[in-house]
Amino acid sequence: MTPVFEAKELKVSVTGRRGERELVKGVSFSVEPGRCLGILGESGSGKSMSMKGAMGLLDRSFRVSGRVSLQGEELLTKSPEELRRMRGGKVGMVLQNPMTCFDPLYRIGNQIGETFAAHQGWSRAEIRSRSLEMLERMKIRNPEEVLEKYPHQLSGGMLQRIMIGIAMAMKPALLIADEPTTALDAITQLEILNEFIRIKEENTAVIFISHDLNAVSLAADEIVVFHQGMIVDRGDFRHILHRAKDPYTRLLAEKRTAVMRSYRRALEGKETIYA
Amino acid sequence: MKRYVVRRLLMAIPLLAAVSFICFMFINLIPSNPAEVALRVQQMPVITEEAVARMEEMLGLNKPFLVRYFDWLAGCLKGDFGISYVNPARTVAGELARCLPATLQLAAASFAIVAVLSVPIGFLCAVYKDGWFDRIMRGVIFISTAMPAYWVGLLLMWGMGVKLRILPTNGSGTWRHLILPAFTVSLSYISTYIRLIRNNMLENMKQDYVLYANVRGLPQRAILVRHILKNSMHTCIVAMGMSIPQLIAGTIVVENVFSWPGLGTLCISSIFNRDYPVIQTYVLLIGVLFVVFNLLFDILQTVSDPRLRREE
Ligand SMILES: Nc1ncnc2c1ncn2[C@@H]1O[C@H](COP(=O)(O)OP(=O)(O)O)[C@@H](O)[C@H]1O
Ligand SMILES: [Mg+2]
Repeated sequence: MTPVFEAKELKVSVTGRRGERELVKGVSFSVEPGRCLGILGESGSGKSMSMKGAMGLLDRSFRVSGRVSLQGEELLTKSPEELRRMRGGKVGMVLQNPMTCFDPLYRIGNQIGETFAAHQGWSRAEIRSRSLEMLERMKIRNPEEVLEKYPHQLSGGMLQRIMIGIAMAMKPALLIADEPTTALDAITQLEILNEFIRIKEENTAVIFISHDLNAVSLAADEIVVFHQGMIVDRGDFRHILHRAKDPYTRLLAEKRTAVMRSYRRALEGKETIYA
Repeated sequence: MKRYVVRRLLMAIPLLAAVSFICFMFINLIPSNPAEVALRVQQMPVITEEAVARMEEMLGLNKPFLVRYFDWLAGCLKGDFGISYVNPARTVAGELARCLPATLQLAAASFAIVAVLSVPIGFLCAVYKDGWFDRIMRGVIFISTAMPAYWVGLLLMWGMGVKLRILPTNGSGTWRHLILPAFTVSLSYISTYIRLIRNNMLENMKQDYVLYANVRGLPQRAILVRHILKNSMHTCIVAMGMSIPQLIAGTIVVENVFSWPGLGTLCISSIFNRDYPVIQTYVLLIGVLFVVFNLLFDILQTVSDPRLRREE
């Protein structure tokens, strides 16, 4: 199968006061339709930088090189306007801190609507009905009321769902999720992870970025491990867990046992609540 | 929300009382005897003990300090600010009312210049940070903050009025008279607000909501104007509002440079003539303006921020 998204020797460097520093040092990975690629790595290893670089989200102080293609089209040579239309259209993205990602001064409905308007020539009525439809699909209760709310009036989990809903509303070929569960409590994390598994089954390609092996293991079919801007290991979850060559990856795998325990505890907690 | 506004209004009352008391106290700390000053100002040829005593009686100066304060305060609340020493036929309220429109006109024109220039310039400086426009404006800001207003005023008078003869250098009446003094008053505020808006916008650009707006593929213009500028203006609102009483108070020097017949000119001539009631009332007025505008813009900011506003 041909990949939806492919990065080859992707490099990102930044020019600061002390000269140029390479943040991503030539990484290659790809993802196919209906599959989920997990990018695993500790904080600061260049996971976000590589995706921001690929999608044209970095300012002029950064330099991005290598090759990135989406459905066979080269991205790094595209104009800012072409990249803009791609973002939120063919490529949906979900970020880490849902609580700070929305503009505090506008209602949620307004921010959903402006995203739709940026990509489709829909009328006001159509934007509204599609917004409601999207919220319902994301299982959000009282969608009419939610549209009138300001971001600070909603929970992190709810905003994260809305983010996913906005990204999926344009039927993207690729969904990039950058630490989508990190800011959430354990129960909400699990609900959000299930959402990604469902999305994958609808034949969208997913790139799932996390520093948490456990979260990655639940969603990803294949995993690449980032360390200091380089890929140090790749393979499926079982490979990472049992046969990782890289010492850093092994450390992550060992930590997992402890994390798993806390997950189980959270799940048990959830069951007692509903019992 | 209503309760918040009412609470803020109630909290302003002790503040206003404090302002009036401090204002009254300072004027009464002046070492010379107001009765004697009043007689001298009215060009009494020989100042006798009896004349001073009679004047003290008339002005109520023989009463204890606190009684005088409350008498004065009660008068102020009724709109009676006393009588000018220089011209006993005129009330202080009448004098201020005569000069207030000219000052308000000057302050309003200055505020308009500040708003019209600093918002777009600050915006462009932030958008094209470190570009040629931003560099030039940074230089201009640096130079203009270093120059005192009266000096710039004199320079403008010399350049525009004396050398080029395109604008009148003193007096009032037409809008052309307004240009030089208004520009002089606004100059230092323009640089302050360009800097404030520029830095505020740059700070906002680093926020997550801007990254996410880009992630959603919003057009650059919408992100800059609808989101970044609006959020920056929101934080600048209180500073802007507070600059209105500052502008009114700040006209004092410029009015004198340009012989603008406003409160500033009245205040300076009252200081020269030791017309204490007028000075006292002027100081009180400025103090009250600061309290009122502070209150007003604080409430405005709360009302316009969904995070602070409580849904009823
Ligand atoms: N604006 C920036 N300017 C310079 N360096 C940055 C900037 N943002 C992040 N970095 C650096 O880039 C590296 C990778 O960051 P990032 O991709 O955000 O890590 P993560 O894997 O946690 O997503 C880090 O070492 C970080 O210090
Ligand atoms: Mg990151």
